[in-house]
Amino acid sequence: MSEWLWPYVFILVAGALATDMWRWMGVLAGRRLDENSELFIWVKATATALVAGVIAKQIIYPSGVLAASAVVLRVGAAGVGFAVFLATGKRMILGILAALAVLSAGLYFSGF
Amino acid sequence: MAFGEGAQLSQRAWFFQGMRGLFSLPAFILMMAFVGFTALAHESGLERGEAVFMTAIVWALPSQMVLVSAMQSSAGLLTTFIIVCLASVRLAPMVAALVPEIKTSRTRAVTLFFLSHFVAITAWVFTLQRIKAIPRECRTAYFAGLGLTLTSVNTLIVFFLYGIVSTLPPILAGTLYFLTPIYFLTSLWGSSSSRVIHLALGGGILLTPVFHLMLPDFDILAVGLVAGTGAYAIDLVLRRREVTGE
Repeated sequence: MSEWLWPYVFILVAGALATDMWRWMGVLAGRRLDENSELFIWVKATATALVAGVIAKQIIYPSGVLAASAVVLRVGAAGVGFAVFLATGKRMILGILAALAVLSAGLYFSGF
Repeated sequence: MAFGEGAQLSQRAWFFQGMRGLFSLPAFILMMAFVGFTALAHESGLERGEAVFMTAIVWALPSQMVLVSAMQSSAGLLTTFIIVCLASVRLAPMVAALVPEIKTSRTRAVTLFFLSHFVAITAWVFTLQRIKAIPRECRTAYFAGLGLTLTSVNTLIVFFLYGIVSTLPPILAGTLYFLTPIYFLTSLWGSSSSRVIHLALGGGILLTPVFHLMLPDFDILAVGLVAGTGAYAIDLVLRRREVTGE
């Protein structure tokens, strides 16, 4: 196989197939699922908990630049943001801005 | 066929409404996250074409990050396939939870298989937040408009910014990266007033460090099953109590 083509085949198989196959399974399962069933509530709870896992990993075990920052800062920033979000009647933008303000100030003062 | 024409017209209108989702806070945050991804992919030594291709056909940021780091460390095809699978399993219940909300009895399977490609966290949360306000027969059109727009615009972002944003100042790069989890957290909590969703979200976050230490390779999967099932069970018990009036 020509040299330039291999990464694309790699991305197609190890990336797209490994991702889309779960989406297709979700369609197969979802087509049989009744919106008002107990099973549907469980699926929704599990999907939400999986996304919660993704969120928590990005905060607690980040990759890239943030990996060098203190975990206390990241968890603290997320906590402050979420508290502001709840305290302001679920104003998403205020919660997000509060979290980012705490984080960027913390990064600045820890010499980033 | 006045009725048919009317339905088609409103489907087109809802497709357009979905497209307009591009001009929203969540879409802006997603675009910022893809700016971050562009820098990461460039730093990791990927070619522009590879990063663009990956964005269009994988279309799930956490899976793309795993794929990029596997390619950077020259991991084998099978190893990479398995770790990307682990990062992507969550899409199955996410799609399964969305499909009953957007389909009608006449929706074709091929439509759903096609649309499922555009399911990723942002479009999923965004759609679930607004779905009840959309007439059922227009929901697939709405999701198609949103999904196609988000995917193509972000693919274009990766294409045009490749190599340009390779050197973001560290504070900016870190803050951009942090935007994604904090947005998912607040939007997912705000998208639902149902107790079971809040239990699953809170439980999932609290259990992640525990399972990360116990099962580092399967942590997200374990968190999903344990926190999801736990949230369902607690909610079920509370619902039964409410019914019996205890």
